[in-house]
Parts: sequence; C-alpha cells; structure tokens
Amino acid sequence: MGIIRAVKLAFDYIKYGEDDAGSEKVRALDQVDLDVEKGQFIAILGHNGSGKSTLAKHINALLVPTEGSMWVDGIDTSSEEELWHIRQKAGMVFQNPDNQIIGTVVEEDVGFGPENIGVPTPEIWRRVEDALDRVGMLAHRSKSPNKLSGGQKQRVAIAGVVAMRPECIVLDEPTAMLDPNGRKDVIQTVRELNEKEGVTAILITHYMEEVIFADRVIVMDQGRVVMQGTPREIFSRVEELKALRLDVPQVTELAYELKKAGVPLADGILTREELVEALCSLN
Amino acid sequence: MLKDITLGQYYPSDSILHKLDPRVKFIGTLVFIIALFLVRGPVGYAFATAVLAALILLSRVPVKFMLKGMKAILLILIVTMLFNMLLTPGEPLFSFWILTVTKEGLVTAVRMALRLIYLVIGSSIMTLTTTPNQLTDGMEALFSPLKKLHVPVHEIAMMMSIALRFIPILMEETDKIMKAQIARGADFESGNFIRRIKNMIPLLVPLFVSAFRRANDLAMAMEARCYHGGEGRTQMKPLIYAGRDRTAYFLIVLFLAGAVVLGILGL
Repeated sequence: MGIIRAVKLAFDYIKYGEDDAGSEKVRALDQVDLDVEKGQFIAILGHNGSGKSTLAKHINALLVPTEGSMWVDGIDTSSEEELWHIRQKAGMVFQNPDNQIIGTVVEEDVGFGPENIGVPTPEIWRRVEDALDRVGMLAHRSKSPNKLSGGQKQRVAIAGVVAMRPECIVLDEPTAMLDPNGRKDVIQTVRELNEKEGVTAILITHYMEEVIFADRVIVMDQGRVVMQGTPREIFSRVEELKALRLDVPQVTELAYELKKAGVPLADGILTREELVEALCSLN
Repeated sequence: MLKDITLGQYYPSDSILHKLDPRVKFIGTLVFIIALFLVRGPVGYAFATAVLAALILLSRVPVKFMLKGMKAILLILIVTMLFNMLLTPGEPLFSFWILTVTKEGLVTAVRMALRLIYLVIGSSIMTLTTTPNQLTDGMEALFSPLKKLHVPVHEIAMMMSIALRFIPILMEETDKIMKAQIARGADFESGNFIRRIKNMIPLLVPLFVSAFRRANDLAMAMEARCYHGGEGRTQMKPLIYAGRDRTAYFLIVLFLAGAVVLGILGL
C-alpha cells in the first residue's frame, strides 16, 4: 500500500446563503481514488474550485472525509488519537508565505513544529540547522521573516515542515504569490528534497512548467479526478486540457500548433530541448 | 507616516544587560519601581540616581533613546508638578495673583517628577535591552505558576508573540489599502475630527476583513504544524539562568535592602 491512499473519498461542505436564505450542501470532492507510492513526486492540476485544495487538506487531516476514507502511511486520518502523528508525517505548505510563518526570527519559526511535537531542545537545534541548510536558508537564520523575499519566506516555510521529519510534503500552490525567481527557487528546493531525501511531494499548482518534472500528474475538475498519468501522457491531450480550462506548457502548445499545421511531430513534447531536437531531426 | 511607528523599541547591542535573562530584568524593573516609592529623602534619591546612571552606562544604549520616552509623559509631568506646587498646603514661598506656591508643594512636586522620570527611564532600560520575544518568554515563565489557577498563560504569551509578528505586516497592508483608496478618491486628510474618523471606514473595513482572513490562515498553518497548546511542548530556546543572572539577582536584593533602609530612616 502506498504512503497516501484515498478510497472513494467524498467531502461535503455547507454553504450558507446570504440573509439566512438557508444552507445547501456542496460536494467539493466526489469519489476520489488516489494511491501515491513513497518517494513519488505528484502534481495536482485543476482550475479554481476543482477541489484540489480540499484534497490537500485531507492528506494533513485538516479536513476529514464525509464519505470514503483516507490513509496516510497506513493510518486512517479520521482517527482522532493519531491526529498529531498524521500531521507530523504529512507536512503542509500553504499559498501565502506571510500567513504561515509564526516566529519573529527565521530559526524560531523553523523550530515551531519540532517544539509542538515535543522534540528535546538540543535535537530541535540540530533539526533546525539541518532543515535550513537543506533549503539553502542557513545564512538567514537570525533574520526577521519580514525582511525576506516571498521565495525565501516560502523556503523557510518548507524548512519548518522538513524540521518535523515528514514522510510527505503537501504544497498547496506554494508559488502562486511569488515572482518567477522565487518560483524557480521553491520548485528547485522541493525537487531536491524529493530526489535526495526521498520525501514524497504533492504539488498543487497553476503553473504547467512546474508539472513537467512530476512522476505523475492528476487533473481535477468539479471534485473529481478526470485525468491521471505521466506529464507526457497528460500534455499530449491538449484538447481535453483546454476543455477543462487548463493550459499546457508553452513549448507543448507550440508543438501542438505546429503539428496541427502539418509538421510531423510527436505528441506531448515537454521541454524546449526536446522540441529543438525534434525539429532538427525532421530533415 | 505609518513607518514611523516602531513597536518594542529594542536597541541591539551586546552589553551585559542585553545578555541577562529577561526574567531577571523584569523583576529588577519591578524592584526598581517599588524602590522609587520607598525612598523619600535626598540621600534616597541620590542612591536611586546612582543606580540608574550605572544601569544606563551598563546598557550601552545612547541616553538619547532613554529620553525619547520622556516626550510621551511630558504633559502628565507638567500637570502633576503644577497641581502639587499649587495645591499643597503649607508655608507659602511666593505668590502671584490668586496662586500660592508652598515650600511643601515644591518638594512634593520635585519628588513626583523625579519618580515619574525614573520610572519611565527604568522601564525603558528593560524594553531597550530586551527583544519583544524574550520579554514574552520571560513573562510566560514568570507567570507560569498562575497556570494552576487556570490562567491561560501560554496562550496569552503565544497571542502576544503572534501580534508582534503581524504588526509590521498589517502596517504595510494599511499603507497599501490607504494608497488604493486614495487612488479612488478617498480623503484621509481634510475635514474636522469626526469627518476624518468617518473617512477611515473605507480603510478599516478592508483591513479587518484581511486581518480575519490572515488569522484564519495562520490558525490552519499552526494546526498543520501540530500546534495543540502548551501541553507536551518543548522549547527551542528555554530560559536557563546563568552565573551572571544569579549575580544580578543578588544585586537586586542588595538594592532593595538599601532602598528599604533608606526609606525607614527617611533620608
């Protein structure tokens, strides 16, 4: 069994109408099946309201399924006694870097998680140093988070999760509020953690360029998983993606248009190098 | 305009006072304030002045910063002095029109003024040499016996430190919203007092909405990082007394004893 497994997961939330106009149940997730192997890099795509954030919050037991079930490392997330255990195993990084940093000094913020799970003091210091080193923020350890750029703050947030020694990191649109440089740094950090430390990464994003490194891409729409496969498989279905109001990487789009115009190219070209090679080998 | 407000007037340096445990500084300040009310005579005040001067020197904070706090109490200072001078009955010193300054009044006025000034300088030595975070930690440790009486000491300390973290963020946000509203024709500068307060509404409503949103996000982020109150929590930077803290406690006791003796003797 994989590290994260969802079976027929469904989640309803209650939407209250204005002026006591009554409430209605809205199904945010519907019949979601998911099985993630340890050490994988998973990307989840979907436009606003597709249920991807709701799914992410289930992995960290911030939300508990209405129907079906979710297991993290073999533990059912609906079991109340195991709650802190689950949250330690599956760390979460949110969209807004400012709203998830608690400490007034970088190192204190990274130490917040280990403090909460009762790690002894000398061990906290070791973990904080190690975590900051892994995200490349060790030089900024005694700065105030307010003095950092968005990308740096987000890397501090990642370090805060890493210091808890999780099996898996869920990143809910971590780059949505960052500039292109910050975005690159954050994704690079996540990839390194995934490749070097074998931490399972689940990345929710709007940016297609961030998805092409993933082992598997999951596309969601209206609370359901509608497509699943390797980036190449997914991005060769350009028409379907467009119908879901999703983009494809620029290069893929160019290749797709060229192909439509009669150039014999393969489906699902993902990187610039691939396209160059494919075009050069035409003659 | 909003950039001028700095909270927690910490002055970074590495003097011996900066290195002291915040608990020692907190108790020391408290003792100093009590001592100010114990001493009466000129010898007593000379004693307090000497101690204060020594502390200022030890803190290596420019005196200029200490005096900054004076501005805030200037009005109170003048009013107390005036009332004490004019309204204390006793031997008249000089008088003009219907006002009479008495000798006793003058002495009380000077004593009150000195007390107020020393009180402000004494407490600013603490805030200038202690980061707001250390201060919160120190208070949490000192008040932790109150936990037995079900006072949520840890929670209050956590709230204080979160507030400290978010003040600059909300400040920046206020600035942003203000500019956005000015760009849409809002007017924050003109009109009388009541008008100006009314004009603040387009600033305050979005600010509150965003503050609540932030609070919600932060609560979720804290839960995601296993925060579940003070129970079973360890500390990254626990407060541990060092040799210098014990020496400082000894000196504080000595100072208190001196003040008590001088107070009893009435010197």
